[in-house]
Amino acid sequence: MEARDAIGASRAIGTGGGPSRSLQAPSPRYGEKAIEAILGLCALLSVVTTTAIVISLLEPSIDFFGQVSLKEFLFGTAWAPTFTPPEFGVLPIVLATMVTSFWGLLVAIPLGLGAAIYLSEYASPRARKTIKPTLEVLAGVPTVAIGFFALFFMRPVLEDLLPFLPWSGPQAAGVAGLAVGLMIVPIIASLSEDAMSAVPTGLREAAYGLGATKMRVATRVVLPAALSGIVASIVLATSRAVGETMIVLLAAGASPNLTVGFTESVQTMTAFIGQTATGDIATGTVTYYTIFAVGLLLFLMTLILNMISIRLVRRFHEAYD
Amino acid sequence: MTSSKWLTIVACVSVLALGVGACGDDDETSGGGGDLSGTIRIDGSSTVAPLSEAAAELFQAEQPGVKVTVGTSGTGGGFEKFCAGETDISDASRPIEEDEIAACKSNGIAFEEVQVANDALSVVVNPENPVECMTVEQVSQIWDRGSKVDSWGDVKGLEADVGDEGMELYGPGTDSGTFDHFTEAINGEEGVTRSNYNNIGEDDNGVINGVAGDEWALGYVPYSYVEESAGKVKPLQIENPESGECVAPTVETVQDASYVPLGRGLFVYPSGEALQKQEVLDFLTFYISENDPITEAATFVPMTEAQKEASQQKVDSLVEG
Amino acid sequence: MAALGPQAERTRLAAAGARSVTRAAILSGQPLKDVIKGRIFFALLLLALGLALLGLAALILDAVIDGRSMLSLDLLTNSASRISPETAGYANAIYGTILLIGGVLVMTVPIGIGSAIYLEEYADRTKWWNRVVELNIQNLAAVPSIVYGILGLAFIVRGPLDLGFILFAGSITLSLLVLPTVIIAAREAIRAVPPSIREGSFALGATRWQTVRRQVLPAAIPGIATGVILAVSRAAGETAPLLLVGAATFVTFDPTVFGDNGYTALPVMIFNNAKQAQPEFHVLAAAGIVVMLAVILLMNSFAIWLRNRYEQRW
Repeated sequence: MEARDAIGASRAIGTGGGPSRSLQAPSPRYGEKAIEAILGLCALLSVVTTTAIVISLLEPSIDFFGQVSLKEFLFGTAWAPTFTPPEFGVLPIVLATMVTSFWGLLVAIPLGLGAAIYLSEYASPRARKTIKPTLEVLAGVPTVAIGFFALFFMRPVLEDLLPFLPWSGPQAAGVAGLAVGLMIVPIIASLSEDAMSAVPTGLREAAYGLGATKMRVATRVVLPAALSGIVASIVLATSRAVGETMIVLLAAGASPNLTVGFTESVQTMTAFIGQTATGDIATGTVTYYTIFAVGLLLFLMTLILNMISIRLVRRFHEAYD
Repeated sequence: MTSSKWLTIVACVSVLALGVGACGDDDETSGGGGDLSGTIRIDGSSTVAPLSEAAAELFQAEQPGVKVTVGTSGTGGGFEKFCAGETDISDASRPIEEDEIAACKSNGIAFEEVQVANDALSVVVNPENPVECMTVEQVSQIWDRGSKVDSWGDVKGLEADVGDEGMELYGPGTDSGTFDHFTEAINGEEGVTRSNYNNIGEDDNGVINGVAGDEWALGYVPYSYVEESAGKVKPLQIENPESGECVAPTVETVQDASYVPLGRGLFVYPSGEALQKQEVLDFLTFYISENDPITEAATFVPMTEAQKEASQQKVDSLVEG
Repeated sequence: MAALGPQAERTRLAAAGARSVTRAAILSGQPLKDVIKGRIFFALLLLALGLALLGLAALILDAVIDGRSMLSLDLLTNSASRISPETAGYANAIYGTILLIGGVLVMTVPIGIGSAIYLEEYADRTKWWNRVVELNIQNLAAVPSIVYGILGLAFIVRGPLDLGFILFAGSITLSLLVLPTVIIAAREAIRAVPPSIREGSFALGATRWQTVRRQVLPAAIPGIATGVILAVSRAAGETAPLLLVGAATFVTFDPTVFGDNGYTALPVMIFNNAKQAQPEFHVLAAAGIVVMLAVILLMNSFAIWLRNRYEQRW
């Protein structure tokens, strides 16, 4: 039906004479507009969610900053909101978040990308069909389980492997970071592999035709072509690592030490929120409001991180044919 | 049929089987011939939760028509829901605070503090450690704010031969009732503590594991964890400030109040409105009268007869008032 | 006379390796250097994959070993117990998790795909509000799960929606949590469909929605399925937000989606068990992890079958 309309319209213009018919569709296509509106509403839900989050975080935070100065919050170096007297310097927990995420990404990016390249370029279709889902099972392991695994398995093993480090106590920032890394490997691996698979085979074949080795095709042709998808997966994984609660709560501990040591026990922002929100603090106290202030800070930090990364992704996106 | 279709069928059938299996079980647990029905919502401290859970299970065995759920939002979170009328009973490991009392009042929620068990906070060391007994003063030396005690030799007046070994400290989460009680009993004020120790966060087992793994470590945990650790740690005797005798934390010493100052009571807060429901009243009466098997299951110290009577009186007064 | 001992073995291996590389170089016509680099690269890739799989294997084995004394089908049919851990099971928690995940699927799949389609196919990228939506979604992916719990408590359980502490509220909270993942993955999948497919469809006179529905979406299903798998897996394993929106940690009956009797989920119960003082509950927690993995595997299998069926390479 639609094709006939189009042809009819173009024929009218082609002949030059006769009743003029425009190339517009004969009906305004309300169905299309309705669908666009529905889809737009779906996308709008994300804005609604963000607004709701900001509202639920903002009001208690305002109460909080009425009692604690912004300067002490942002620049203080001791975090002890439940002690007497309380201290509200947020630097230790911010640093802890960054350190654990750093170790996580250090593990996840090479492992994830390596697995993705193997699955996309080297593996046989049979191997791919079994290995990729196996990796995705890792994404389904409850974070509680990974946390206990890090505490009871990884920590002793790492102490045996690296005895020269100053180990003390069962909780360590580095171990938690590595466990977070293990958790986000499937995000990077699966999404990057999808991106690489979507690169047209023609590109690969052209490269092979020019005499490129498999490694060169993988690293010089496929990887750059899939870069936007890969970067998107890494950004998603980073977001996940920064926002992870349970693993760091169990494996890194709850001592807000201001340190970057691999073996030190630290408390990340999320661990603090997770513990305090389900702890015994009375609601409505300044100590309780710290949850929201830290949550707001975390929200703002990731906002800035994402603004930067969106710029990067846009630069790298390449379309083919 | 292709293998992928087989996979789907197997998956669907398994899910169905799980569902049916999960559903079909409830009827088998109907034991006693109780004829009550209804729902009881309990929420609050995760320390008291095992007691409420044991009580719920035993009660439901007699009254299968009553559905009892126990949540662990923390004492503060529990009170918030309780004072908003969303729960029937609040588990608490610390007494209700001013703000919370005000919130309950403004919502017209009447309540009573009903004791359901005793607990003995224990200071634990590794079994290899020669120290057997400590005074409150010595524990405070170690744990007070600004304490410079780094090794066992720094503690004044210890009778055992400890040389100058370095001390590794472990403590539970700083937003817990355990923390509040310990700091108040030992250091004189809630929240007053040194800050450089291993804060193990959510899981009190972390203190047990930490102390068990280090010959010169010291920590403090609730009684149940010491009892269940089966000798992995050694609870220290605390010198009773009045009698001067070293008292070990046992069921007897807590019940006869000779284990001071670290013995404490554990409480639940029922609301007057909830007690109008027959099932809630029966549940609380059950909780108090069946105290012995309940506390044994959860490894807490049972109440004395006097305490039971006092608790029952409080419940009765709330029902009438 | 050939030397004996380890040195001879090493020499033999080195010689064999050099021989195979040289043969490959001669046969493929590539310079020797490239062949060596290629082999090393391949070995590194395998190492990366191997380490990741090793981590997963260690985790599963650790859970199986720790929980082996309690692993039995009874775990699937028995209810939770505080009194007798030997006969405790996860039946009600499994049912709760399945219901929660069902709700998450029902909500995230249409909304997630719808948002992705809008952002990729309909939205004008130069308009600032579309960029705001993009930024929003990416930011939401980084918000810690506990903050979604706070959001759920303030707006879904209480507040405007005022649903109370029901399982559906937990489903909504989890859906909001994983929606960004679905949207981002779906967007990448849709973006990866070559424009020539769309242009060909338009040239034949199809409307935008027809193009999306008939050409773009089927081509993008594998990538979307990946996103849904990752998202739903995460939702199934979350503990913290559920605790805040009212999931109990002790429930001995089967929950219903809208009933207000209370509900629980597998990871919540596992966490609660692991925190107990009695060592029997630690074993139960490890067994619970094995059960959880089995449930995840089952759920993933279906989506993977779907993905494999629609896979295509351009």
